[in-house]
Order: sequence, then structure tokens, then C-alpha cells
Amino acid sequence: MPSFDLLFQPEIFLLWTSALKTAVILGIVLTMVAYSVWAERKVSAFIQDRVGPNRVGWAGLLQPLVDGVKLVLKENFVPSGVNKFFFSLAPALAFIPAVLVLAVLPFGSSLFEVPMVIANLDIGILWVFAVSSLGVYGIVLAGWSSNSKYPFLGGIRSSSQMISYEISLGLSVIPIFLITGTLNLGDIVKYQAEHGWMVFPVWTNGFDLSKLLLWIPMLISFVVFIIAMFAETNRLPFDLPEAEQELVGGYHTEYSSMRFALFFLGEYAAMIAGSGVIVTLFLGGWSLPFVPDGSQGWIWGLVNIATFFAKVAAVIFFFLWIRWTLPRFRFDQLMKLGWYVFFEVALANIFLTAVILLYFRS
Amino acid sequence: MARTVQRPKLGLLERSYLPAILGGLLVTIRHFKNMIFGRTRVTLEYPEQKWDAMLPDWYRGAPTLVKDEHGRERCVACQLCEFICPPRAITIKPGELSKDGPWAKVEKFPEEFEIDMARCIYCGLCQEVCPEQAIFLRKDYSITGETREALVHDKKKLYELGGVMTGLVHKWDEKK
Repeated sequence: MPSFDLLFQPEIFLLWTSALKTAVILGIVLTMVAYSVWAERKVSAFIQDRVGPNRVGWAGLLQPLVDGVKLVLKENFVPSGVNKFFFSLAPALAFIPAVLVLAVLPFGSSLFEVPMVIANLDIGILWVFAVSSLGVYGIVLAGWSSNSKYPFLGGIRSSSQMISYEISLGLSVIPIFLITGTLNLGDIVKYQAEHGWMVFPVWTNGFDLSKLLLWIPMLISFVVFIIAMFAETNRLPFDLPEAEQELVGGYHTEYSSMRFALFFLGEYAAMIAGSGVIVTLFLGGWSLPFVPDGSQGWIWGLVNIATFFAKVAAVIFFFLWIRWTLPRFRFDQLMKLGWYVFFEVALANIFLTAVILLYFRS
Repeated sequence: MARTVQRPKLGLLERSYLPAILGGLLVTIRHFKNMIFGRTRVTLEYPEQKWDAMLPDWYRGAPTLVKDEHGRERCVACQLCEFICPPRAITIKPGELSKDGPWAKVEKFPEEFEIDMARCIYCGLCQEVCPEQAIFLRKDYSITGETREALVHDKKKLYELGGVMTGLVHKWDEKK
């Protein structure tokens, strides 16, 4: 069968497996986006002793579908004073970067000897930072092109917040690269599968003093990274760009219909991508202790994929839990925290890690 | 004179907010857990569950007309309720009873009696003013309709909601 052989030519094989992986991962993540909105409403309701959506489908499970239909059917209103080009460009710019991050996340080990990552880039984490920081353009452009003061204030806040927290975000992961010696996210996960997770290195391959000492900078990194991620994704303790109580709706005040939905879903997509990065870097990605990877049979490959998404879901729950517990920071507190605390902590942490590594390698 | 409030001195741990954040997280997760296991039940899921059994005796629901133990309508169309009604929700068209009937001495009866529930404010003044104890605010609170016309309760509907009220008024009974 010649046509069948053609499918297994290296280049063509890469092409159709990548396309298949992209389609599947997009499907999974977009479903997760819809259901994290449902989860947000349900978790917030439960934390406040309410019931939450429970009318559409069992326990309100069809609510995201109905919300989507509602948003599509609403009028797509464009105010007269806006800059039309940037006004329509901004929602797309807010949504796309969040989805692009998914390209480099290893969401599984391997299935039928195909690595479960869409693009196995050697500069994986740099891609994540480069692309996710583009997300702020969507928000800034939305705030500016709306030609209205509250969205404008939201856009300004978003950009200054992003600048302050991107530094500690980037600095806090450098200790990981010092330890693993690679920027490739797949290799980082493999390292964690062999040597134990970054924030929980207790099991596998015994236990020695260097691991115990490196645990300290890893925990600091984890805390700094997760807090910076909250700021990066505009989640609650740092959701100043859309602070409803002071800025009406923040940067998306003037938006309606599907354009608003893109901002709304983009926020959740960014949250899922951020959770994916946290899981990949600190929580061992697809690895579970005593569970083999996909080379031991396709069933383990599927278990690895399920593990990754279960971990992502757990991190998302943490995001929601934090949101419905903490009040919002004031803007000066946010800036002070970013520049006076996390920047220094992340910087000192790099030196701490380097010193520990130097001591044990020499 | 301005009064200076002494701010409490916070320790390093307190200034880092971490214990407070942890405490807050524990509080919210406890509420979440109690909801998941069904130990908290605050919400009454209205159309399925109702609080009718808990309504107090003095609850003022929809105004209704009542009949007495003889099945005779108590209203004598005096129109006092129509006059006192603050939003003018009540419209009565009085009629004359036939001279030969058993209740000839009552003389009047309402030919039509309408209460516009889109206007009614449930104040209970009609019940208070009625000399014949013929109009009562019952416990029906879910008065709905798809048009304004559907919200106008006519005499038939009012008696349907009101039912029978015994006792209280005996002056129209035969002398014993």
C-alpha cells in the first residue's frame, strides 16, 4: 500500500501528527476554558454557601454552552468614538497568546512513540515568556482604543503590572535551569520524573543532602512564580486592570457580545496555560511517582496525559480558591510588592541556588 | 481635638500577611467542604421547595373574597374597599338582589368584583375596612400572568382563592 507508506515518511508523519495533536489539545483546552468558567461560578458559590448555576443540565453543566449562545446572539456594539481597527484587533490579541503558549507544553510523555508535545522547542520556556507577555498588548490596545477613561486606566494598570511582575516571573525560574541545565520543557519534566518534582523531591532515586538543600530555593521559586503568575493572568489579588468596583469593567468596559467573550475566555485560557507552565516547571508535568512513561505501553501514555490535565485542574482550583479568599491589592501595594519584595527575593534565590550547586559539584 | 489612634505593632510574620492568608484559605475551604458534603443548606430552591408551611398567621398575601357557611357570598357591595384602596385596584359593579329570594333583606350584591393584581400593594386596608368580613388577604403570594388582563382577578377567581370563612358575621342569619 503505497499511500500508507507515504504517511510514515518522517516529514509527512511530523506534519499530520502535529496537526492531530494541535486539534486534540485545542479541543481539550477550549472545553477546559468553558468549564473553568463553570467551575469558577460553582466554587465561588460553594465558598459563599450558595448553590451556583444548577438550572441548565445536571448541576448546571450545560451553562457554558448556553452562555456561549447568549454571547454570540447579542449585539456586537461598536461605540462611535473608538479606533475601529485596534478596537476589533484587541480581543484577538488578548486570546491568541494564551493559546500559543500551549504549543510548547509537554502534556504527556509519548503515545505510540510520538512525543506528546506540539512543538518540542529547545527554548521552550523563552517561548512561553515571549508569547504570554504579548497578551498585555490586547489589554492595552483595548483600553486605549476604547477612547474612554476607565478602560484606559485599566490598560495602563495592566501594562505597569505586567512590567513589574514579568521580571520576578523570569528570575524565579532561573534556579530550575541552573539545576536541570536545559530550557527545553520536555527535558525539565523528564528530569523531574527521574529526580523527583521540583517542589516535592522526596521520592525516587533515594534522598541526599543536596536535594534537601535545593528544596529550599525551589520552594521560594515556586511561591514567587505562582504569585507572579497571578499578576500575569490578572487574577484576583492582582486584578486591578478590571477592578469592577473602581473602573466599571476595566479594559473591556466598552466591549459587548463575542468581542467581550474573547477577553473573558482569553483570561481563562491564560489561566489554564499558566497552570500548565506551573505544573510543567514545578509539579512534575505528566510524571507521577511509580508510574512508567509512555514507552512502557500506550496505556501509560494515556495515564500520563490524564495526570497532566488533573494537575492543571488542581492548580486552577487553587487559582479559584485564592480568588474567592483574598481581597484586591491597592495599586501602590502591588507595585511595592513587585519591586521591593519579589524582585529581590527572586534575585537572591538565584545566588542561593548557584552557591548550593557550586558547593556540591566541586 | 484630634485623637491619635495607636496602631498595633505588627511582628515580621504578621507583616508578611502569610498567616492571615493561610487562615483565610482555611476558612473558605471549610465552607467549600461543608457545601460539597451537603452540611450547609442555606438556599431554598424556590419553585421546587416552598416556605408555605412557615408563613405566619398574619401574612398578607393576595386579597380574596369569602363565602359563609351557607355558601352565600358575604360581600354586600358597599364599596368601602373600593374607596379605601390606595392604588385603586378594586372595581365593583353593585347589583340588587331579587325581592323574593331568601336573602332579600341583604338588598345588594356585587355583580362584578375585580381586583387588579398588577396594582394591588397588599396593604390589607380592604380587609380592615370591610364591615361584612367578606374580603380577606390569604396566603397566596405567587400571583403571575403573561398579560395585564390575566392579572385582573374577577369574582370567580376571587371566590376560588378565598373559599369559605365560617363564623364572625351573623347579622344576616334568621333570628332565633
